[in-house]
This record gives sequence, structure tokens and C-alpha cells, in this order.
Amino acid sequence: MASTHHVEQPVVGPGHTFVTVTDKIASIVLQKKTPLGWFFGFAISFSVLMMLLATLTWLVAKGVGIWGVNVPVGWGFDIINFVWWIGIGHAGTLISAILLLLRQQWRMSINRFAEAMTLFAVACAALYPIFHMGRPWVGAYWLFPYPNTMGLWPNFRSPLIFDVFAVGTYATVSLLFWYVGMVPDLATLRDRAQNRGAKILYGVFALGWRGSARHWNNYETAYLILAALSTPLVVSVHSVVSLDFSVGIVPGWHATIFPPYFVAGAIYAGFAMVLILAIPLRWAYGLQDFVTMRHIENMAKVMLATGLVVGYGYMMEAFTAWYSGNTYEKFLLVNRALGPYSWAYWSLILCNVVVINTLWVKSLRTNVPYLFFVSLVVSVGMWLERFVIIVMSLHRDFLPSSWGNYRGTVFDWSTFIGTLGLFATLFFLFIRFLPAISIFEMRTLLPGAQPREGKA
Amino acid sequence: MSREHVPAVPDTLRRRAGGTVAPRYWKSLEELKETPAFLELLRREFPEQASVFEDPRGRREFLTLMGASLALGGLTACTKQPEERIVPYVRQPEQLVPGRPLFFASAVAHDGYARGVLVESHEGRPTKVEGNPDHPMSLGGTDVFGQAHVLGLYDPDRAKSVLFAGQERTWAQFRAAAREALGRQKPGQGAGLRILTGRVTSPALTAQIQAILAEYPAARWVSWEPADRDAARAGAVMAFGEAVEPQPRLHRADVVLSLEADFVASHPASLRLVREFTSRRKVDPEKPEMNRLYVVEGSPSLTGASADHRLALRSSEIEGFARALAAALGLGVEGGVPHPWVEPLAADLRRAGARALVLAGETQPAALHAIAHAINEALGAVGTTVTYTAAAEAQPGGERAALAELVREMTAGSVEVLLLLDVNPVYAAPADIGFAEALDKVALRIHHGLYLDETAERCHWHLPAAHPLESWSDARAADGTVSIVQPLIAPLYDGRSPHEVLAVFGARPEQKGYDIVRNHWKEKLGESGFEKRWNRALHDGIVAGTALPEKAVRVRGGEWTKAPSRAASPMPSGLEIAFRTDPAVHDGRFANLGWLQELPKPLTKLTWGNAALVSPRTAQALGGFRVEQTARGHVTEVIELRYRGRSIKAPVWILPGHPDGAVTVHLGHGRSRAGRVGSGVGFNAYAIRTNDAPWFGDALEVVPTGETTRIACTQDHWTIEQPEHVQAEARHVVRAATLAEFAADPHVIRRAGHEPEPGLSLYPEHRYEGRAWGMAIDMSACVGCNACVTACQAENNIPVVGKDQVGRGREMHWIRIDRYYQGPSESPETVHQPVLCMHCENAPCEVVCPVAATVHSEEGLNEMVYNRCVGTRYCSNNCPYKVRRFNFLLYQDWTTPTFKMMRNPEVTVRSRGVMEKCTYCVQRISRARIDAKNERREIRDGDIVTACEAACPAQAIVFGDVNDPESRVAKLKAGARNYALLTELQTRPRTSYLAALRNPNTEIPSPREEGGHG
Repeated sequence: MASTHHVEQPVVGPGHTFVTVTDKIASIVLQKKTPLGWFFGFAISFSVLMMLLATLTWLVAKGVGIWGVNVPVGWGFDIINFVWWIGIGHAGTLISAILLLLRQQWRMSINRFAEAMTLFAVACAALYPIFHMGRPWVGAYWLFPYPNTMGLWPNFRSPLIFDVFAVGTYATVSLLFWYVGMVPDLATLRDRAQNRGAKILYGVFALGWRGSARHWNNYETAYLILAALSTPLVVSVHSVVSLDFSVGIVPGWHATIFPPYFVAGAIYAGFAMVLILAIPLRWAYGLQDFVTMRHIENMAKVMLATGLVVGYGYMMEAFTAWYSGNTYEKFLLVNRALGPYSWAYWSLILCNVVVINTLWVKSLRTNVPYLFFVSLVVSVGMWLERFVIIVMSLHRDFLPSSWGNYRGTVFDWSTFIGTLGLFATLFFLFIRFLPAISIFEMRTLLPGAQPREGKA
Repeated sequence: MSREHVPAVPDTLRRRAGGTVAPRYWKSLEELKETPAFLELLRREFPEQASVFEDPRGRREFLTLMGASLALGGLTACTKQPEERIVPYVRQPEQLVPGRPLFFASAVAHDGYARGVLVESHEGRPTKVEGNPDHPMSLGGTDVFGQAHVLGLYDPDRAKSVLFAGQERTWAQFRAAAREALGRQKPGQGAGLRILTGRVTSPALTAQIQAILAEYPAARWVSWEPADRDAARAGAVMAFGEAVEPQPRLHRADVVLSLEADFVASHPASLRLVREFTSRRKVDPEKPEMNRLYVVEGSPSLTGASADHRLALRSSEIEGFARALAAALGLGVEGGVPHPWVEPLAADLRRAGARALVLAGETQPAALHAIAHAINEALGAVGTTVTYTAAAEAQPGGERAALAELVREMTAGSVEVLLLLDVNPVYAAPADIGFAEALDKVALRIHHGLYLDETAERCHWHLPAAHPLESWSDARAADGTVSIVQPLIAPLYDGRSPHEVLAVFGARPEQKGYDIVRNHWKEKLGESGFEKRWNRALHDGIVAGTALPEKAVRVRGGEWTKAPSRAASPMPSGLEIAFRTDPAVHDGRFANLGWLQELPKPLTKLTWGNAALVSPRTAQALGGFRVEQTARGHVTEVIELRYRGRSIKAPVWILPGHPDGAVTVHLGHGRSRAGRVGSGVGFNAYAIRTNDAPWFGDALEVVPTGETTRIACTQDHWTIEQPEHVQAEARHVVRAATLAEFAADPHVIRRAGHEPEPGLSLYPEHRYEGRAWGMAIDMSACVGCNACVTACQAENNIPVVGKDQVGRGREMHWIRIDRYYQGPSESPETVHQPVLCMHCENAPCEVVCPVAATVHSEEGLNEMVYNRCVGTRYCSNNCPYKVRRFNFLLYQDWTTPTFKMMRNPEVTVRSRGVMEKCTYCVQRISRARIDAKNERREIRDGDIVTACEAACPAQAIVFGDVNDPESRVAKLKAGARNYALLTELQTRPRTSYLAALRNPNTEIPSPREEGGHG
């Protein structure tokens, strides 16, 4: 048993058996009556999603000019939100892949919905690169390398092309990983479903899973391979996204520290989002036994660690700006601290550097409402970080004659909030129709389920 | 029902009957009563047919619907192709090759004075105006107004038909009405007839008017422009006894003193003067010498911005300064006000002697002009740096008095017929003379103009004018040279030229403009050899030998040498107001032209409207106005200007270098009936302008209103954010030196920045074989006039985006003029830096484009492939010069038919969602290449002239092949003044700059030393 080596809080609450675990988790999906709260939450999310639809329709009809972007600030909320969403997705992959390879068993109760969160966050993120283009109707496929009569390939030197591949790979692998990991549970749902339609649907997606030893063997192999494939993605995707900036020559973008700094930021934001989702979820469905205080605290620790890396990143940015003696970099530093958007910079420092350090205190780290609050603060802070990097670098770059200001319009906000709606809608559908916690993996955590040696 | 409205329907019939005005007969009582039923009957095809099948589902209706359904049923499978007709030339006109533009010499008059132009015509559509190099007042350059005439021609808001009391009429009806009114004037010898025109230099028009006046001796002709030159004319009369025109010869002047003379922007000869002035500022490192310009002015102008020494005095104080200077030069002139500048300035002028020149501004009183004439004569400058000729206009000077007299007559009711030719006095006349009210007392008011404007609205008849590019005429330039104005296209609407309107009042009412102008010149030039001379004149754009001869005049003393009674009493508490014409829409006549409205005004960089300009210190004294830059434009406070019992509200704008204790307002805005573009833009400064003090006056009161308003400015304002100014210097964006510094060490410019070591890149050097296009821009010569900006807009089909979009930072100009200040805000030095695509050899934009929509050509052009662009805007973000422009919304007008005709067919019209930017006028490069190939030769240096280069009156922009060591551009780039922007980024721009040099007089403390390097 994992917890025998040192005194740790258990990863499953006491008194659970294989049956209670399966019942508890499967019933969320298979229960006869959907709770009223679900309908309420879904209705709100869906309305917000419809707002996104309306906004995007208007956007395609009129042009990106309905947003606040301009010259010099050619990217605004669009790319801020893209990076923000992509970053959020990272925690899912980290939890699924790296923690699996590291045999961190506490991941098992949160990996499923963290992976779902990854997918949905990538879906939200993917909207932005498409819709931020002036001509999305051609841009949506001209960025892909396909043989064409024009004899033209995309410009492989452009980080935006790197992005297409990075995000595309990421979305594909995450989807496969999530789906493969869910196959045994889908079979459980198939077996337990009362409704014929549900039986068929779950049956189709369960791919004929019968739980034979051979199945398990193949499953474990496939899952490990996918985990190994996903692992570099945790590092690569956000590193590539950071190249969008560091390949540019804009002061505030052109920095070698960006890839690690972005990855840390992504994990930081991702764990905050996992907590934002997990805390209400375990409360609403009474899952305190599965998502225990140990999970919560572990995630808080990861957040604290990555938060410190992010803080280090800010420090290094400032240091290099000063140490380089470069006019533009030095000015950037001054402009961040004292310029028209200094409120954003100082809020960022407050959110991402000051508040996170309170998690050194164990009583705060284990205080669930406080942790929920800190997670929200971190999410805001990470959004501000991208605002600072994108908008504040662009609005005053090289030639003072071309300096300008930027402000999101009502459409910027409705697009942003709309993607929150898309995310929430997908998440509500997920918890209603799929097991939000991995049933079979939770069962392996129960006493007596651990294999003595070799593979399961 | 009023009798006025009765003719609505019968008129149509009358027109069909040939346009003769017959006594009204009525056919039935119904008609007389004009019941709706009868009117309906009249509109039908067969009014005589008593009974039409009225049932909607009747026989005809049924057949129509059946036919339509069958047709539609058959059409559902096809896409409907738009109907297009292709009409080939049955007989191809001589010299016309489809696809090749033709150029025709013509002239456009600005405030009456002609500027020679060459108009580019594509298959009969004029698309672009270029300067005529053979014309003495253009020398190939143009200004913003000249460029914008193309837009004026195609403006869809132009008046399109003859109107009487708002109802459509025909020209024939107008002729009949006018002849009838004229007939009534005959007995009184035209005592009730008045003709009000703008400033007229046209010999043919003058002759026509004089013929009318000969026929009606009691009639009178008043010519008047809102931007009058009365003071200059009166000053000449004071000094010489006649209203001569001084013709400055700036290229001969070593030292020039401008007493508020804005010769760069608002002088009849400014295009020529800019050329002459800047020819002495393009310093050759081998022979470092240049002229020196002193400017004393009451409102920052482009001339002041070009000065080596600029003194900001309130306009009322300049006369005192000039008197002191004259006294210091030994002239017996009294009333001088001492100033530390006077002694060193007098010494410098004296040293230059005959090669010095003093210019007096039209905004200054007559006495100051007389003093300037006297100083020039005393220095011996006459004959060297200035000569005198007769005035080019038919009625020189006295315009304001004449207008006031006309208003008195109108008020008295003695004016019965008033013909207003191309003037808008209801809008632009001084507020105190009450023109509009007086106009209402005239029995018959006939207005002829391009627009249905404020004046047209109050007139009985409105006659649509033909645009200068649509009509025959002639005009004199400031030196008297006559150009024949020839039409490039038949009138788009039912417009007629002023010649044709005046013909109605003459002996041959239906004479065509062509015949009028041609006959006039046949008379002048003589029958023998006329055809040849006429064709020559049309071809060259000038009538040879028509420049006015020099006049020998001597200054004579007079009252003006005595101290003026009021000069010594400056108002210590009151503010002074200065009126100026707008640098973009002039006196308001160009208000409906989007190109000009959106043109960032020199110095202020304001677009779409005007502001009350004050100095930083005066702003402080008045309570410290807040101007805040937001993401949707600048938010500024609104002040109320109370002046001589009238008041207007204006947004305030703080302008460095403005004299303290004064406010400048620009005329030409706040139009109520300019058109869809210009109406309601800005505030109307004419509303407080009085006839006795047209250019400045005291006792202005400024009252804060507490309101704020948004204005659209394209460049941040360094008084708001000090860092911009500091940063510009730290970044070596603008490199400048004094002539002495440069002469002592020509490398001072190059050393000012960080030149990267060659070979820093890991990659091997790319060699450009063959052609390598590049550009050099001389910042010593650039006067910031904006001609290049408008020329580029016209050449490259650049859309207008509107005030809101400019406020959001989305203006589309491919070339912009950055303005940088140096030194203290009270008296900064100004440098203009035109910035266009640098065509970097290591272009940061090209690397980041995901779809390879911006790529490098073999000849080093950074090319934009609009078709391929998906609009990620990454290129713009990564462009350190921020010269890329994005179509955030659908900015192009794709629907207005006239705009389709206006566009340059050689340049793609960009749609929404794509990036665009300067192409180095790649279409002109291609044209030159094709020409060279056809002629089996190489492209010669100078074959390719970009639109900005062509327009530049200062010839500050030079384009060419940098691989050819003999080309002008290669030589300039090899010079010591050459530097590139942001060289440390290793972008290797093909566009480079020649540093701005100044030639300060060490005896005068410069603002640099006073304020230090800011």
C-alpha cells in the first residue's frame, strides 16, 4: 500500500469497497433524476455559449475591427485568451502523463476531469487562432501543409505554423489519452446502464471491452505509450506557444527565458483551474472521499512551486532588462512599472507573486474556500500575465511616434466570456454523461487491489 | 397651397416639350386643383387612357406573373451573371493604348492662383494629379489640395442638378429665368446686378465679367476669398504706391527672415518657394553650407518648423519687433519694441546684404508688409532675392472691404440679382457683417458651386459647377504665368463651368466653355499660328511668355513709418486669438474630402476636425487642461471662446512652440452642409471672426465648460507623456546636427547611433544581383507638408476610415510623417520624418507570416501578397517601424460608382481582413521595366518615380537602384548624412534618412542651449 511508507492522508476515504466506489461514481452518470443544480448550471453555460456564437457570427460578418485590436497592438484579447486557455490545459496532461509515469497514485481521482478540462480548454483556445484572423474562411486551412494547385506551402519559419502543429498534436494526443483511459469505465457504464440507448452508445465507445487479462495488458501498454507521448507535450506545447513571442523582435517578447517560464506558468494556471473545478465538484456530488484533502494539498503545493518559478521569471525579465543596458528593454521595464498599464503589471505581481506565497502556511493550504479563492486569483493573474506580455510590449515598442493604447471592446469581452461558456457547457455535459472520476483506477487504490509484483 | 409648389408636375411635361417656359395652361379643374388622383394619372404612361385594368389579379398582372414564374423557374439552376457591356473602340483614339495611362497638362487654382498639374488618365478617367515640371509655380511638386482634386471630382456628394427653390430644373429654364432678370436690369444699367466670385486670375473669366460690366455699367463685381491677401496688397500700396506682388527668389537668399510668412504652406507660390528654399538645405558634405531661416510667428507653422531660429511672439507683437529691426538696420521707422533678437538678427541680415530677404505674412497688418519691403530695399535685396510684378489677380486687394460694401448694399435692398460663383459666404463670411441675413433681402440669388452648400441653401437658383478636371478654363499662377485648364472627362453630372454660367449673362448665352476660352486666347495670341501655339500651350500646361514682367518700384515713406497708436498697449490680461486656414481643408471648401479630413495635420497630427491650440504654459495658466490618450482617441476638455460678443465651443489642444497668451483656431471646419463626410466635423471658427481683424485680435476670453470630447490624433503627444520625447532621442530615431558640428566632423551623424558590425549573422550574406531598389529621405529638406501622404493615398487606392477608427489607431496611410520635437516645450525644434515601409533586407515581418503572404523579391522589395494574406497581424506586431496597415473592417467603399472610376487600376483594391503597406509603388517599377524592355534598354536612374517622390515639392525623397553606384540614391546613401532607423536591430532597411541639419546663428541663444538636451 502506498501509504504505508510514510504517514500520509489516504487518497480514498475510509470505508470504501469496490462496489461503493463504482456505485458512487457511476451513479452520477446513470442516476434517474438529474439534479436541478445541473440544469441550472447548464442553462447558464449554454446561454453564454450562445452569446459566443452570436459574437463570432458578428465577427465574421464585420471583421476583427469589432474587437479592440489596432496598430500597434495587433493582438489583444484574442491571443491573450488563446495562451491563457492553452496554459490551463497543461495541468491535465501533466497530471495524466507525468504523474502516471512517476507513479503518483493520488493523481487517479483527478486525472479524468483534468484531462477533460485539457480537451475543453484546448477547444476554447483553438477558437482564437482561427477567429483572430482577418480572413478565417481561408486561414483556417491555409495554415495546414496540404498539396495544392498554388504550389504553396506554409511558411515553416513562422511560429504560428509551429503552433498549428503543436496545438494540433496536443489536442489529438490528449483526446486519445482521455478516451483510451476511459474505455474500461465506458464498459462499466455499458454494463450498468438501464436505458437501451445508453447501453448502445456506451457499448459502441467501449470498443467491446470485456476486462480480460489480455485487454488489461494491451490497455496498460497503450496507456503507458500514450503517457510517454504526452510527456514531452507538457513541455513542448507551451514552449512552442512562447515562441510566438520570443521569435518576434518586440522588446518584452524577444527573450530566451520564455519557454520554461511559459511552461511553469501553464502548469501553474492549470492546477489553479483544476482546483476551481474540483472544489465545487466534490462538494456538489459529495466526492470528498475520492478527491481528498491530500489531493487538494498536493495541488496547492504544485501551484506554489510553479508559482515560484513564474515569480523567478518576472524577476529575471526585470534583471535582464536592467543588466542588458538595452534602451528598449530598459524602457519596457519602466513602462511596465510606471506606464499607463502599470495597474495590470502590479495586479499581476500581486496575484501571481504575493498571494501565492501564502500557501507556505499549511493551515491556509488546507483551507478549501481559501484555496478556491487563491485559484481564482491565480487564474486572473495568469490572464494578466499574458496581457502584460502581449499588450504592454506592443503598445510602446521601438518608434515613439507609433505608440498607442489598447482596450478590449464589448465584443472582446463577450468572446472571452463566451469561451468560458463553451468550456462550462462542455464540462457540464461531461460530468453528466461520462464518469468524472476514473472508476477502475479508483478501485486500484482500495486496500487489497494493489498487485504484489509485475503488471496488473 | 403656395404657388411655388404648383409647377411640380407640369414642369416635367414642359421639359419634355423642349424646356421652353410657356404660360401655364390647364386642361381640367382637377389639374388646377392638383388632386392626388390627377397627379397619379399624369405620371402614368398613357394619361389619356381613361380606364386601366385596375384589378391586381387582372389580366395583365396575371400574364406578368406567369411570365416571371416561368422565367424564374428556368433560372433557378443558374447563377445570375451581372450584366456587363464591353464596348471596344471602333476607332481607337490616337495614342491611347488600353492599360497605359495618358498624362494631360492642366492647372488647378488654389485661392485663385494656378498650380500646373499633369493629370493621369486611365481610359478616359482621371485618377491622379502630378505636378507639372514645366510650370514655374509647381516645378513638378504638388500639395495636398492638388492631390485631393481627384477625390473632389468623384465626390458622390457633389451637386448634380440645377435647382430652383429645391426643385429640379433644367439649364434652359435657368437661362430663361436669368435672361428675364437681366432684361429687367437693362434699364437701370445693371444697378441691381452684383457678381460675387472668389479670387479670379483667369484672363478669360475676367474678360467675360468685364464684358458684362461694360454692358451693365452700374453693375459691380466683388471678388473675395476667406483667406484674403488684403494686407499684403495694402502694404505694397503703402510702400510703393501700387499693389505689386513680391516674387521671392529663395534659392538666392542666404539669410531669410519670415515675419509670420508661412511660405511653406500658405503662399501662392509655396510649391516653388519650398523647392528654392530646400535647395539650399541639402548639404553636400564636401561643401558644407546652407541658408539660414529665421521665423517670427504667432502660431506654429510648417515654416516655423523648418527654421533655424524660431521666435514665438503673439501676432500683434510682431509689428513692434519688425519696427525695431528696421530701426536697427537704419531705416527711419518708429514704434519698435526692443527684443534680444533684434541686434544679432540685424547684423546677420546686414552681413548677407543683397542675399538676405525679409518676408511678411499675409496674416500681418499692411504696415508690416511695407516695413518688410523697406528692409529688403535697404539691404539691396531687390533684384536678387526678390523682384516685383503686378498682381496676378484681376482685383488685387480690398476684398474684405468690397464684401462689406456688398453686404451694405444687399441690406439696403439695392441688390436685385446676385450671382455667386464658386463662393460660400454664408459659411465663410466674417460673422459681424451679417452676410446671410443680407442675402435674404436679394430678390434673385443665383449660386453656382460644386456642392449644395450653406450658401446654395439660401439661394433661389443653384447651378451645379463642373469640376476643374471637367471643364475648360484658364488661370494665372502667382507670377502671372497662364495655364489653360483642360477637361480630362466630360462632366459626370449636369455641371457647367463658371465661364458657361457667365455666358448666360453675356451676348451668347449658350456658348460652350471651350469656345469661350479658346476664342479669348485666339484674340490674345492672334490668328496666325494660333493652332500651333494653342496646342503647345495645352501640351506644356503653360502659355509661353505670359509671366508678368518685373516692375521697378521704389519704397516711399509714409504714415507707416510712424509708430502705430495701439502698438504700445499689449493687453496684459486678455488673450489673443489667431485665425488660420486649416492645413487640411483650407478655408472649408475641401471639407467633404475624406482624404483631407483624415490627413494628420502637420505639427498637431489631428485628424477630422480642429481644436483651439494653446501653449503648454498658457494651458497651465488657464487651469491646466487634461488631455488623455485612450484606446479610442484623445479625450480633451472643451473650452468656450468668447470674443467680441460671440462665442464658440472648441476642444483644447496643447501645442509646443505656441506663443503664450494666445489661442489659434483653424478655419474651415464646423460646416453644416458640406456633405456626408464634412458636415458637423469640428467647430466653425468663422462664427467669431470679424471683418476688421481677420487673422488675429485681442480680448479673447476662455471659459472652461467642464465638458470633454474625443479627438482623433495619430501621434501621441509628448507634453502628455514626457518619455516619448526622451525616448526618441535615446533611440537615435532622429539624428540632427548643426552645420558647424557637421562641417567639423561629418561622422557626427553616423556616430550618433549604434551601427552593428557587419557579418554578425550566422548566415552567409545575401547578395542582391541586378537591381536593388532603395530610397533616401532628406530630413533637412522635408518641410512636413503632407503632399506625399495624400499622393500615396491617391496612387495606391488607400481608403478613408473615419474619425472613430483613426481614434482607435487604425488609420491606413502607407506613409506617415512623424513629428519629433527637441528642446524645451516653449520653443522646440521640430523635425519631420516621413516613415514608409523600410523594405528591410532582413525583414522581421517576413519570417513570422505563417502563410508566406509577405515575401522578398529578387530586387529587394518586401512584397505583400494580398490574395494570400489571412490577417494574423503578426507581421505588424513584429514590424519595428509599424508601417503595416490592417483592414480591420471593410474600409473600402465597394459600392459608390464614382469611386470605382477614381481608383488606380494598377493597384489592387484591398478588402477586409488583409494587411497592406507601402510597396515602393511597385506598379510604377513594373511600368518602367516594361517600357525599358520595349525600348531594349536598361532602366535609367529616374525612370521610376514613386508617388511620394513625385509629389514632394522639396524633392526630399529620392528613389532608385542602390546597386548602381552612379544613381542619385546610391550617392545620397554613401554620404555622411545618411543613416538608417533602428540599425541595431539588423533589419538592414532599404529606406534611409539624411540627417536634419540646422544652421543656427551662434549670436542668438538657441533653445537647445536654453533647455539642454531634454
